[in-house]
Amino acid sequence: MSTEKKLANKKRRNQNIAFGLFTGISYSVVGLLFVILAFIVVKGIGVISWEFISAMPKEGMTAGGIFPAIVGTLCLVLVSMVFAFPVGVFAAIYMNEYVKDGWVKKIIKQMTNNLAGVPSIVFGLFGMSLFVNKLGFGDSILAGGLTLGLLVLPVVIRTTEESLKAVENTFRQASLGLGASKWQTTRNVVFPIAFPNIITGLILSIGRVSGETAPILFTVAAYFLPKLPTSIFDQAMALPYHLYVISTSGTNIEASRAMAYGTALVLIVIVLISNLLANKLRKHFGKKVKMN
Amino acid sequence: MKTNLKKIREKVIESVLMLSSVTTSITVILIVFFLFIEGAGVFSRKPIDDGFLLAVAPSNSVQKLSPAQVKDVYDQKIKNWKEVGGADLPIVLFRTSDISDYYTDEELGENFENFPQKINELITKTPGIIAFFSETYKAKQFVGKELDIDKITISKFLSGEEWFPTAQPIAQMGVKPLIYGTLWVSFGAILIALPIGLAAAIYLSEIAKKKTRNLLKPLIELLAGIPSVVYGFFGLVIIVPLIQSTFNLPVGETALAGSVVLAIMALPTIITISEDAMRNTPRAMKEASLALGASQWQTIYKVVVPYSASGITAGAILGIGRAIGETMAVLMVTGNAAVIPHSFLAPVRTIPATIAAELGEAPNGGLHYEALFALGCILFIITFGINMLVEMVTNRKSHKKH
Amino acid sequence: MHKIVSQNVNFYYGEFQALHDISLSVKENTVTALIGPSGCGKSTYLRLLNRMNDLIDNTHMSGTITIDGNDIYDKHTNVDDLRKNVGMVFQKPNPFPKTIFENVAYGLRVNGITDKKIIEERVITSIEQVALWEEVKDKLHKSAFELSGGQQQRLCIARALAIQPSVLLMDEPTSALDPISTSKVEELIYELKKQYTIVIVTHNMQQAGRISDNTAFFYMGELIEYDKTKTIFTKPTKKQTEDYITGRFG
Repeated sequence: MSTEKKLANKKRRNQNIAFGLFTGISYSVVGLLFVILAFIVVKGIGVISWEFISAMPKEGMTAGGIFPAIVGTLCLVLVSMVFAFPVGVFAAIYMNEYVKDGWVKKIIKQMTNNLAGVPSIVFGLFGMSLFVNKLGFGDSILAGGLTLGLLVLPVVIRTTEESLKAVENTFRQASLGLGASKWQTTRNVVFPIAFPNIITGLILSIGRVSGETAPILFTVAAYFLPKLPTSIFDQAMALPYHLYVISTSGTNIEASRAMAYGTALVLIVIVLISNLLANKLRKHFGKKVKMN
Repeated sequence: MKTNLKKIREKVIESVLMLSSVTTSITVILIVFFLFIEGAGVFSRKPIDDGFLLAVAPSNSVQKLSPAQVKDVYDQKIKNWKEVGGADLPIVLFRTSDISDYYTDEELGENFENFPQKINELITKTPGIIAFFSETYKAKQFVGKELDIDKITISKFLSGEEWFPTAQPIAQMGVKPLIYGTLWVSFGAILIALPIGLAAAIYLSEIAKKKTRNLLKPLIELLAGIPSVVYGFFGLVIIVPLIQSTFNLPVGETALAGSVVLAIMALPTIITISEDAMRNTPRAMKEASLALGASQWQTIYKVVVPYSASGITAGAILGIGRAIGETMAVLMVTGNAAVIPHSFLAPVRTIPATIAAELGEAPNGGLHYEALFALGCILFIITFGINMLVEMVTNRKSHKKH
Repeated sequence: MHKIVSQNVNFYYGEFQALHDISLSVKENTVTALIGPSGCGKSTYLRLLNRMNDLIDNTHMSGTITIDGNDIYDKHTNVDDLRKNVGMVFQKPNPFPKTIFENVAYGLRVNGITDKKIIEERVITSIEQVALWEEVKDKLHKSAFELSGGQQQRLCIARALAIQPSVLLMDEPTSALDPISTSKVEELIYELKKQYTIVIVTHNMQQAGRISDNTAFFYMGELIEYDKTKTIFTKPTKKQTEDYITGRFG
């Protein structure tokens, strides 16, 4: 066999080995996802029942349900979104529609990036220091919700900005060309076109907020609170914190393991649903935009 | 008139929008402000509880003890004054509660009104004593010699090798073990995640068919959406026992467990960013390589990977940043022993885990509370630096392209 | 009397000078065609006339442009009002994702007209003006995206007409259309000339010849030649113009 042929064979062999390896690794990564999901679903599905969803925890959180934690998480999502959604959307509109390229925009962009990089536990410290202590909200849904709101603000801004960027410039020009002001153009033309994508971002941030633990540790979360919050100044339980507590420091860790699987499953389901919904929306509206 | 109104409305709206857009900037500034104000408090304090003091007999030549020495004294690792530069005299420990060993309740008086006087007595007659008690029991004519305790300095804080913030009589505020723990766990995670992530990125961007890619990519991104507490839980019930039985360890909560869990969590970041970078390789470049007879694999590692190196680097750095800041998962699987790590198979404790575990018990505004905020500052500075680094790496890339 | 008068207009994108000393006057109720190779500045010039270039960061202009004697770059000029008076039609049809009716009504609404009767009247008149009425009268409240490309472009013209401008700018309005739709739009332009002053950018030489009264030839940011269309196409005075028109470059 000629050396040339040998080399060619070696080349091919190397490629086959490398590609085989990479393919295998990639599927393993996806496999890992399924292992995690399957594990939690299999172990958790038996725990899920109407009672689990709708009842208070009982017997040192080894029995009963997680109703207050679900309600608490819902409240936190609500408060954080009521803050982060308008502020984030307004900020993105300003960044994309109003401010010209220059140092102001650069600084704001940089700061938003920086905020996105702040670890969640630091948000927890900050929320405790500002909302709980300085502003005197105490451990409350308000303090926790605002902390979470600040945490997802960069996410909302980024997804909204991307959605606005995707709106073709000719729509803006046509509207301005008709004598519409900047705000009229933004509100009546740009925003409605971008809206579906903005909502996608909103849904993703809801998924993110419902799973965060570190920021609520010291701003809202109650270890055990067998009643529902009555106002935003109340403490509340929350799903992720509940999972943390019953899997590490409950009164009887072994006995509450089943509860932990159930809670993890509920959390996973929330995240999965928000991701799927976001993907569906994106695809659905993606097609529609292509049509014109 | 109407146009004027319209103009005013436009201006008002623009101001509202502008205010919203500076919210993030204000938040960053506020975070820095609050973190550093609270954290800086540590450095104006002595590591001893407010209103308490350490005193020795007036004849004792020792003026001053370091926090570590005080701890060793009270742990009875140091038993003689000569070990800390004093006379050859055994050390006699005294805490407030020890008073009953020397005096009866009657002698002390009903409301301990004789306490100060008795302490004076005790110090006078016990030359080897070291006494830790409340200022309220300090006599007006105090005969003992108050030991000088250094304020906590930044360098001591950073270089101290022991973290025991609730220690009596002197809190041990050394963050070295926590910094080391954080770095060990994070770099361990990247060592695991980087090769896997790169392989997956290469597969997705260069090898997989478009259809496969469109199927796999959202699934991998889904990994990023799973809450960290769920990863922690998964690590706790699967990875920790696995490590324990594989390596035959007394406990499975180790640095390795933390690294594995963090690696899984960092994968989506690394894969997404590296894949984006690789897909940006100009088609012409790849085709040029293929046209010269290079195999696809040769093209990948000779053209695509070098071209996207800065993107891959950015992905890796960002992955480290995420890992360093991650709290819950690490808190749940690393065992949280605040010692300088010497092996991946031993428990470690990271900075974020320390904050999460201890802030709940630290009284507001106290030394411990402030120390935890100082930890927050360190964490903030590290992650901020990492973000800047990523920015630099990606900026350099875009310059190169021009 | 000239409707639009520009004097010594220079325009810069950052450092790059896109227009050099353009002086050009347009008579009322005429169609003026701007021709020239890509990047010659004809579109840039067109977009100066309704200050659309204001939207691009890092640009500036010098010289004066007046419409009806008013300096449109004067700092007291209200840009919204200017754009209301100077309608624009774009290369690709770009109806808003709204109903056909709402597309045409949009300009009226953003300019503060709330009277339903007036809006309806104007919408119908405008749609009739672009000869679209018969085709859309039964689906006024359907999405504008349901129309064909040519219909969409005529709708966009109707949208521009609804706010009763006096000048109409058209930036290659037929470049994205098929020949039949193109000829419909051209007929329309011919009709509209009676009421409006029209400035049109086109790549299509025949089109310029068919519809315009005057033609301006731009090359590398300069106005090379400006004359009656007939003159430009039959006996251009400049060599570059002749080369371009006869297809030797561009």
